[in-house]
Amino acid sequence: MLAPVLHILPLATIVRERTLPVAGKVLARLDQRVNPTDVVAEANYAREHVLLDVARTFGISANAADKLIKVNEGDRLPEGGLVAELGGMISRSIKAPRQGRVMVAGGGQVLMEVGDARVELRAGMPGVVTQLLPERGVVIRTAGSLIQGTWGNGRIDNGLMVNLLDKPDAVLSAERLDVSLRGSVILGGHVRDTETLRAAAEMPVRGLIVSSMLSSLLPTAVQMRYPILVLDGFGAIPMNTAAYTLLTSNNKREVTVNAEPFDRYNGNRPEVIIPLPVSSEPDEPTPYIPFAVGQRVRMRRAPHPGMLGTIANLPAGMSLLPSGLRAPAGEIKLENDTTVLVPLVNLEVVG
Amino acid sequence: MPTSLVQNESILAIEVGAAVTRAVLFDVVEGQYRFVAVGQAPTTAEAPFKDVGIGVREAIDSLQGVTGSRLLSPDRNLITPAQSDGSGVDAVVATISAGPAVKTVIVGLLSDVSLQSARRLAESTYSRVVDSIDITDQRKPEQQLDGIVRSRPDMVILTGGTDGGASRSILKMLESVGLACYLMPMEKRPMVLYAGNQKLANDVQELLGGHSGKLEISYNVRPSLETEDLGPASRELAGLVTKLRQRQIKGVDELYMWTAGNILPTAYAQGRMIRFLSRLYESSRGLLSVNVGASATSVAAGFAGELTLGTYPQFGLGESLGGLLQYTELEEITRWLPLDISPNIVREYLSQKSLYPGALPATRDEQAISQALARQALYLAVRALQKDFPASVRSAKPDLMPPLDLILAGGGVISDGASLGQSLLLLLDAIQPVGIMPILIDQNNLLPLLGVAGERNNYLPVQVIDSGAFIGVGTVISIVASANYGDQVLRAKLVYSDGTEARADVKFGGLEILPLPNGQTARLSLQPTSRADAGLGPGRSGTIPVTGGALGVVIDARGRPLSLPSDPVRRRELLKKWYYTVGG
Repeated sequence: MLAPVLHILPLATIVRERTLPVAGKVLARLDQRVNPTDVVAEANYAREHVLLDVARTFGISANAADKLIKVNEGDRLPEGGLVAELGGMISRSIKAPRQGRVMVAGGGQVLMEVGDARVELRAGMPGVVTQLLPERGVVIRTAGSLIQGTWGNGRIDNGLMVNLLDKPDAVLSAERLDVSLRGSVILGGHVRDTETLRAAAEMPVRGLIVSSMLSSLLPTAVQMRYPILVLDGFGAIPMNTAAYTLLTSNNKREVTVNAEPFDRYNGNRPEVIIPLPVSSEPDEPTPYIPFAVGQRVRMRRAPHPGMLGTIANLPAGMSLLPSGLRAPAGEIKLENDTTVLVPLVNLEVVG
Repeated sequence: MPTSLVQNESILAIEVGAAVTRAVLFDVVEGQYRFVAVGQAPTTAEAPFKDVGIGVREAIDSLQGVTGSRLLSPDRNLITPAQSDGSGVDAVVATISAGPAVKTVIVGLLSDVSLQSARRLAESTYSRVVDSIDITDQRKPEQQLDGIVRSRPDMVILTGGTDGGASRSILKMLESVGLACYLMPMEKRPMVLYAGNQKLANDVQELLGGHSGKLEISYNVRPSLETEDLGPASRELAGLVTKLRQRQIKGVDELYMWTAGNILPTAYAQGRMIRFLSRLYESSRGLLSVNVGASATSVAAGFAGELTLGTYPQFGLGESLGGLLQYTELEEITRWLPLDISPNIVREYLSQKSLYPGALPATRDEQAISQALARQALYLAVRALQKDFPASVRSAKPDLMPPLDLILAGGGVISDGASLGQSLLLLLDAIQPVGIMPILIDQNNLLPLLGVAGERNNYLPVQVIDSGAFIGVGTVISIVASANYGDQVLRAKLVYSDGTEARADVKFGGLEILPLPNGQTARLSLQPTSRADAGLGPGRSGTIPVTGGALGVVIDARGRPLSLPSDPVRRRELLKKWYYTVGG
């Protein structure tokens, strides 16, 4: 059976596609070295539309109205710009109610897009642009440590990481956050109250990397303007030791926190990148491999969510689990030296 | 090809579920189609695999391991047709429920007529309605248009107008939809199904043909105000959803080629089978099929050959669990827990499971939570569908289910249940059926596969079902009574074929089992006290033939609707007692 791989790697080549949600303009150049906050592409999009019904306003047929329409598809109009005019003794006209662009003109109607909004796509990680995706974005390549998580609030930022963890099951509370942490990325433990999230916002911090969080905090977490990255999931889950060791050993280093939501279909997931200088390019991580004895794995669910272990045995066929279910399973020797039987679908290989 | 020419072919049926992919082999044994074996593997629609073909091949590998015959060539391609050395298969069919919920905009003329038909049509597949438009919509056309663009639908269902009836208002709404489609990037334009006034078919083609991902024009779901006919449109919708999955998920294209287009959404195929069975067995009451899966809970009911189908992604036990509390209270879930588990743990379970939809309960506590969630999800899904049952279907009371002839249940949480007793109890708690009916468990989730295989060979479903492919749990007698806890409501006597007897004095609030092994029949005498209804009418006694099952004859006198004690300790004790009664 194939195993998904959770990347917690001290050194890897990291290649990421960064794309706009709508077609736009790519600003970065090929081979350009970028910082996480550099804008690599941008797009303008209309927030709303205005439909001007020329035929109805003038009380004429659609065909007759089309002859009176003075604009064409793609025309940009100022507020008050002439859209259509009906001649005669008393001339009547239709004007653009707001500044905008003509999307469609015909059938006796004019559709304009108005309320321009701009979206800027930031690099999100330091590295080199290795590919330009026309009208969409870029591919960026870098080398460094990579630590993947399970949930993110959709924000992205970078800064100096400050470790507030003294053990994997530490709790991060608002009292631990003082003004000296302003502008830092905080490495914390389990968060169980909204006060902590709000205190971090008041600093403000540049990011929060936590082991776990109560799911009741989700509505607050998604509103925070700084990235929140949850490594191991919801509930009181200690930080997995691989992430703990790697992150705490990089205290006071510049890190990028990309807390994009876990998208199971395109594979994007929240991750921390710690750029490192390399003399030769390390390997790109493998996304999946077959389960095998000796692999280091992380438990996704109870009885020890987040805990790491080693596959001691892979019994053939279906195994009877403590829950009473039967499923392909592995005997996992956990870090606390106990051995548990775990369904393979509840495991991911760490590597 | 006529059925007579293909009736001896072996058929590989593949179900690509949200969590599990199954490969099932049907073949002819002694002149009759039989279910031969099943292989399964985790579905690989999601990252890091992003190709359902990987999971399909792993499931076929697993099937090969069971049957010993080779289905895949050394280069991992399917061997077809079957070869003289016994390798390969003659034909392939497939169903798919993997993939995100289909974001759907529904458009109708009248909110309580065509828009309701559009909603029911949307619920025949894995839809999540993100916007709806009808004649009473107070928004300006451009606001409707912006609403559609912002909701980024995968599908638009257009209904409205009786054939030859109103057209002007519909055209207005169509314009908004057409403009919205035009404004979306080409590769993201929604599929569009038109099932309204047939007089407007040409206008629809002109307005939307060039601007939609794909446009299908179907028969009107409301040919007249009094008539609703969802059949042809739901068939077209199923085709569009398959096309959408081809666009969204790598590997579905290949499956489409393997199956020569014989691929359907799983819920649609499930419904197709229930309609077929309802007609075949001329069911006087109703057939109910439930499938509790990771992507959705789907419920299909067949009454007099007519299908009512509801597919509810919001009640699926996978990704959507994170949003389940929008539809129910936490206490409504925890009420089903036989173990003392904190509500906070259940809340965290919902979020954690939504991160890893394919994960399984590994501990007793997690299994208890999983079963409690399945109960509540199925309870909600059945109640949602019940509102759409035909008007001719009557219940004894508005909050009760109508009498049924059969319940057939499948889906991971039921078919993979720790015991048949657990699965039966889950079904009784969630569906709360009334009257007398057998309950079957579809442990290999064959029903939808039979639904799609039936398109290829219409003998296959009947022969496979007749061969005993489903597990009979037993015959259930569900009693409706107004009584106090502990009052006697029924005397039951089971007379076996050898003349021996088993008796039960059934008290209100109790659950009793009279053993009757699978394959055996017996005669069951029911003598209700006062006005209790054991399925023969209030207060009416009688003797009926019953068939056995894994549990036998199960008499459920716990009350309809089922009311659980508010005291948590007492409630848990009662739940444990019921679990014990059905075998743990």
